[in-house]
Amino acid sequence: MVRADPSPPMTAYLLKRLAIAFATLVLASMVVFAVLEILPGDPARLMLGMNASADQVELLRNQMGLNAPLAWRYLHWAGGLFSLDFGRSYTYSVPVIDLVRERLAVSLPLALVALALSTIIAIPVGLYSASRRGRAGDTVAMGAAQLGVAVPNFWFALMLIYVFAVWLRLVPAGGFPGWGAGAWPALKSLLLPAVALALPQAAILARVTRSALIEVLNEDYIRTARAKGLPYRAVLWRHALRNAMIPVLTILGLQFAFLLAGTIIIENVFYLPGLGRLVFQAITQRDLIVVESVVMLLVAAVIAVNLAVDLSYAVVDPRLRTRQ
Amino acid sequence: MNLLEVDTLSLTIGGTQILKNMELSVAPGEVMGLVGESGSGKSMTALAVMQLLPHAARATGRITFNGVDILAATEDQMCALRGDDIGMVFQEPMTALNPVKTIGEQVAEGIRWHTRASRADAEERARKMLDRVGLPSAKFPLSRYPHQLSGGQRQRVVIAIACALKPKLLIADEPTTALDVVLQAQILDLLRDLVAENRMGLLLISHDLAVVTEMADRITILRRGEVMEAGDTARTLSEQLHPYTRQLAQASMHVPARARPHGAGSSLPLLDVEGVSRNYPGRRISLFRRAPDVRAVDDVSLSMAPGQSVALVGRSGCGKSTLARMILALDRPNAGAIRFRGEAIVGKREAALKPARRDMQVVFQDPYGSFDPRQKVERLVAEPLHLLERRPTRAERREMVAHALHEVGLDQRDMDKYPHEFSGGQRQRLSIARAIITRPKLVVADEPVSALDVSIRAQILDLFAGLNQKLGIAYLFITHDLTVARAITDEVLIMHEGRIVERGKTSEVLDHPRSEAAQALVSAAPDLHRAIARRMQEQG
Repeated sequence: MVRADPSPPMTAYLLKRLAIAFATLVLASMVVFAVLEILPGDPARLMLGMNASADQVELLRNQMGLNAPLAWRYLHWAGGLFSLDFGRSYTYSVPVIDLVRERLAVSLPLALVALALSTIIAIPVGLYSASRRGRAGDTVAMGAAQLGVAVPNFWFALMLIYVFAVWLRLVPAGGFPGWGAGAWPALKSLLLPAVALALPQAAILARVTRSALIEVLNEDYIRTARAKGLPYRAVLWRHALRNAMIPVLTILGLQFAFLLAGTIIIENVFYLPGLGRLVFQAITQRDLIVVESVVMLLVAAVIAVNLAVDLSYAVVDPRLRTRQ
Repeated sequence: MNLLEVDTLSLTIGGTQILKNMELSVAPGEVMGLVGESGSGKSMTALAVMQLLPHAARATGRITFNGVDILAATEDQMCALRGDDIGMVFQEPMTALNPVKTIGEQVAEGIRWHTRASRADAEERARKMLDRVGLPSAKFPLSRYPHQLSGGQRQRVVIAIACALKPKLLIADEPTTALDVVLQAQILDLLRDLVAENRMGLLLISHDLAVVTEMADRITILRRGEVMEAGDTARTLSEQLHPYTRQLAQASMHVPARARPHGAGSSLPLLDVEGVSRNYPGRRISLFRRAPDVRAVDDVSLSMAPGQSVALVGRSGCGKSTLARMILALDRPNAGAIRFRGEAIVGKREAALKPARRDMQVVFQDPYGSFDPRQKVERLVAEPLHLLERRPTRAERREMVAHALHEVGLDQRDMDKYPHEFSGGQRQRLSIARAIITRPKLVVADEPVSALDVSIRAQILDLFAGLNQKLGIAYLFITHDLTVARAITDEVLIMHEGRIVERGKTSEVLDHPRSEAAQALVSAAPDLHRAIARRMQEQG
């Protein structure tokens, strides 16, 4: 294949995106920190219980560094984040990082499998629909997509459990055996939740893919490709799809955030020990340091994914590599 | 035997008759010119031959290419023909190439598809083809992307794609309409050479009678889907037996009747541009370095008297539109001064520019793109009225719009219509109505007729000439079309690479150009008289 030589402006593009991502992260950390400062409730009092004396609380506050100036505490906390030191959970009394690491082993594969599934379903459906626009196949596919957008994912989850776990007995209805039990059993228990998460996302993505493709198919260069003698199918795959990728990638990046939010519900339905359940429990127990850490982690994940999306724009579209 | 034979071809799209008993033939090595105004069915004829018609199209009749019945051919058979035996070049080079693929990939793709050649072989052939169309490897490696090329270069790539497999027939649909005259001449030369080299048949579709006369052996004149006249180019155009042929020929050579320049000799110049320059920052070549600034306009001075009609002529990219933007105070020069009616306009705040904006208006090239499709004509034409000192009442506003519409030859009832209810020529009348409603002293017109058919173009030129006489409006016509400059202006400025290289009386400069840039423009400009004379001479 004829590849363009990597041009210097590409480095500029990359550095600029990285700088923007970093600035967003810093800003987000300030917001998260400030919100926790504003929220009522003294962590030291929470840890010691209602019966502790004022002196005891004051002692612990000093130990925890809660009496230090605000700026110093922010820097201390933010510095900790960089060295992956999130502090200790008030309720579990273990380092937050251990909790997170354990839960991430469930949630990250779940999100990735769901993202992959939704892409694998959505793009072929979008291609199919766009290529038979207005015909029966398109109407059926887009009707299904409409349904997928409208129906909430937990309902899908319940239906999936009913069909595949209760009725067909192919996969477990919930719970997670842990990666120690082997890769296949672990993956098997993530399958239904991933499908439940992926379906609504796939429905949105399929619609976006279809409309982006239809727009691209009206472009002059599609006619040029047809005039070359390429069959319609080849034109669709080789010329239309890549040009339609920009809006699809944008939605894919935005969906990742929704996917993470979606795991909170889905992990509860399937009883999975993931981040979603962790943060859910932490909120109900006012374990703010855990909430804070998980939120920061999710923020970082979303920013990273959007950075990846920004960079992939430049991979897809050479015009963006030289634009300032 | 003919290569392409179109016989009693009729075409309907959703009940609308597009072509009616169309007849056309192209022999090997022959150039057939298909001429007609927009909507006459020229492009649909081309798409019918390629079988790339819209889904709703229904064709009857017969199209035979090289013994193959095209209308009965399967999609697989057509795929084998397209790009291999029949190549096609389109009008709009800026959008005809896939922006995300390199030019090498795009030229090699068809070669690989049809010949099953390896990637390396196909790329080698693509390289040769690009060399052939005038894109040498040193400056145009296969790894270039379309956006890194200019319009003329892109059209060369499209021609390379179409001719890569030495097709028997090339269909070129307005291949040079979007290019300036010098590029047009180059592309036409290239097409002519390719025809001679490979004994290729060429179906050249154009609305420009002069271009077709220069290129085509035979000509077919199409009007509203029906063939009006067909035959040998020189004879058809010199005898002009059919009234429509005569009408087309006259329209394309039309010169509006004009009295002598208006108001010349007045002491105060209307517009005075002095030593104006405009730089754009260069392309970033590394993280900390940029290429040197691009001088779009370089130390330009000019002066216009009230009522004078001046042409600013130059090739695309010569800086003429940038200069116009600065005159209209839509862009700021880096150096120099611009005075309009004695008042400096550079560096003024928007509020202070109001009187100047009222007295100079603009007409753009594209009558389709310059109107909001959701607004009614009354509102569109009345737009500049906010520049008046006193806000007109609703009744006054309607009165002024009605008057402006009347002046440009439209009906005052048209003010309650939407832009899509008008044809291209009528829409250009609307933009002129919008420009003259504030009674400006200067109208800047950026290629105001280049998107119009010849007969409409003639009418619009008449309108410009009439308004110049009647209202004493001065014009600055920006164009690359010398026939337009000749038809309607007193003075001409030739612009080249940001500088004005020649100026003088229009007829003198165009008849005896002295600068190289002006000579290039004049010799490249297609001229119907000259083309017919040359054809007659060749044939004895």
